[in-house]
Amino acid sequence: MPDWWWWVPVIVAICLVGLYLSMTAGRLDRLHRRIETSRYALDLQLLRRSALALDLASAGIFDPATTVVLADAAHVARVASDDDLVMRGLAESDLTRVFVAAIPDEHDADELRAMASDPSMLEDLRGICVRVQLSRRFHNDAVRACRQVRRQRLVRWLSLAGRTPWPHTMEMDDTPPPGLIAR
Amino acid sequence: MNIGIVCPYAWDAPGGVQAHVRDQAETLMDLGHQVSVLTPVEDPSTLPAYAVDGGRPRAVPYNGSVARLTLGVKATARVRRWIREGGFDVLHVHEPLAPSLGGLACWAARGPIVATVHSSVERSRVLVTGYYLAQTVLEKISAVIAVSEHARRTIVDHLGGDAVLIPNGIRIDHFAGVEPLVTRQGPIVGFLGRMDEPRKGLAVLLEAFPDILARHPEATLLLMGPGDVADVLADVADRCRDSIVFLGRVDEHDKARGLAAMDVYVAPNTGGESFGIILLEAMAAGAPVVASDLDAFSRVLDGGRCGVLFPVGDAQALAAAVNSVLDRPEERQRLTEAGSRRVMVYDWSRVAADLIDVYASVTAGQGPVREDLRGQLVGRLASRRRGQGELESGSGP
Repeated sequence: MPDWWWWVPVIVAICLVGLYLSMTAGRLDRLHRRIETSRYALDLQLLRRSALALDLASAGIFDPATTVVLADAAHVARVASDDDLVMRGLAESDLTRVFVAAIPDEHDADELRAMASDPSMLEDLRGICVRVQLSRRFHNDAVRACRQVRRQRLVRWLSLAGRTPWPHTMEMDDTPPPGLIAR
Repeated sequence: MNIGIVCPYAWDAPGGVQAHVRDQAETLMDLGHQVSVLTPVEDPSTLPAYAVDGGRPRAVPYNGSVARLTLGVKATARVRRWIREGGFDVLHVHEPLAPSLGGLACWAARGPIVATVHSSVERSRVLVTGYYLAQTVLEKISAVIAVSEHARRTIVDHLGGDAVLIPNGIRIDHFAGVEPLVTRQGPIVGFLGRMDEPRKGLAVLLEAFPDILARHPEATLLLMGPGDVADVLADVADRCRDSIVFLGRVDEHDKARGLAAMDVYVAPNTGGESFGIILLEAMAAGAPVVASDLDAFSRVLDGGRCGVLFPVGDAQALAAAVNSVLDRPEERQRLTEAGSRRVMVYDWSRVAADLIDVYASVTAGQGPVREDLRGQLVGRLASRRRGQGELESGSGP
């Protein structure tokens, strides 16, 4: 047997490790992209919700006290910085709670529909609140899947994730107004 | 919205997933969306206009029974072409983890992908050995939907990650108020399902039938579903055979009419059911339901308030339950009324509204679904050539 035979398994092993690493890097890339898009989708839904909140406040269908609180919460949510996820989450949670308090049951929802010049606004609000909840769930799911891969030892030692920052979940209260989703 | 749906199992074979896909496609089209369904099929001439032939299925053992699935180079090519030419806003894959078109579609596409998991898998070998493969499919899916709490637990326990629960739906208008398929002097007890599939539990019902006949000599047992009549009747006592009507495989409309004819619908399943859509269909058709107390069935029947439950596999209890329902017409009336109220919650229009919410949240700010060519040397070269082709044709008059 020639004396270079032991190179064969070494080369095969190196190839296998290389293949594994390149596949893992590919996975990470896909996961990061998914986080990016889900984060963008969540942002979009939150912006739509605060915009609709301002519209509802100016439509004059709520009582004056609720209108003021709603407009204020919507404004705070809109100016909350994108970079500070904690503050943003708190501001959005406040807006959620204003909606929950404003439309606590079906009876209130019906009254508001009767008052509104455009009853479809409340249907829009229901849709957006449900979509905020879904988008946040999908985003946090993507973050969890990505973290699972990034915690692997090889990924950390070889820093396969490059300079992409550690992904963060979005924590907020996203309960839709009970009056709108009751069936 | 332009929606591409992938069905994993043969279109012309009966099954819950196929029925789900058909109802989904038709309801979404009624709502004004554009829908294309890619599905394996034995006989392409049976496909409706909105469905695309994904190739012939092959028999593969999967999840405890034999499933007919489609895989291979040719299937991959068809999936890729369908995605390339479809221009879908969202891709909806059913059973992404079954080794079939669903997984292929996830690999072949990038963009907003939604997946629905139907089956509840008990730590299946496919899942354990295919964990890495399963991850490569799952990580491309933006939103996972489970049709039942069972199916959701499968995802949470085995794969990590969560799923949105959107219960299955039925098209109530297809079942309510149809003409009964058969009429008999005595009461009709019915079964519907694949007779050669042990988990559908026909054996339990056949074992109980003599006891039912003893109390109601006029009773008829109506059997609907694919199966061989000789095999089914082989173990049945001669005196019972005359009271059994074997209809074999029936189409959707006759299924509804058959259910409408039943005085009791029996679901003697022994396992493997994650939802129990058939119970809803029976209730929508107005048939009182007697079912084994599987979790899924118990949930659909609201813990026994909208139907009668008996212990799984217990033929004596089954006979007693059927007899007690047949004895009391006012109880039958009550069950029929409770059933028709119960199914309202599961009408497809409500399911479709929930689906649209999910689609809207994954497509927000995203482009349409495209073919995924990353990691594919051949694919990349092909796309370069195609890209040039498009440029050339674009520069023409």
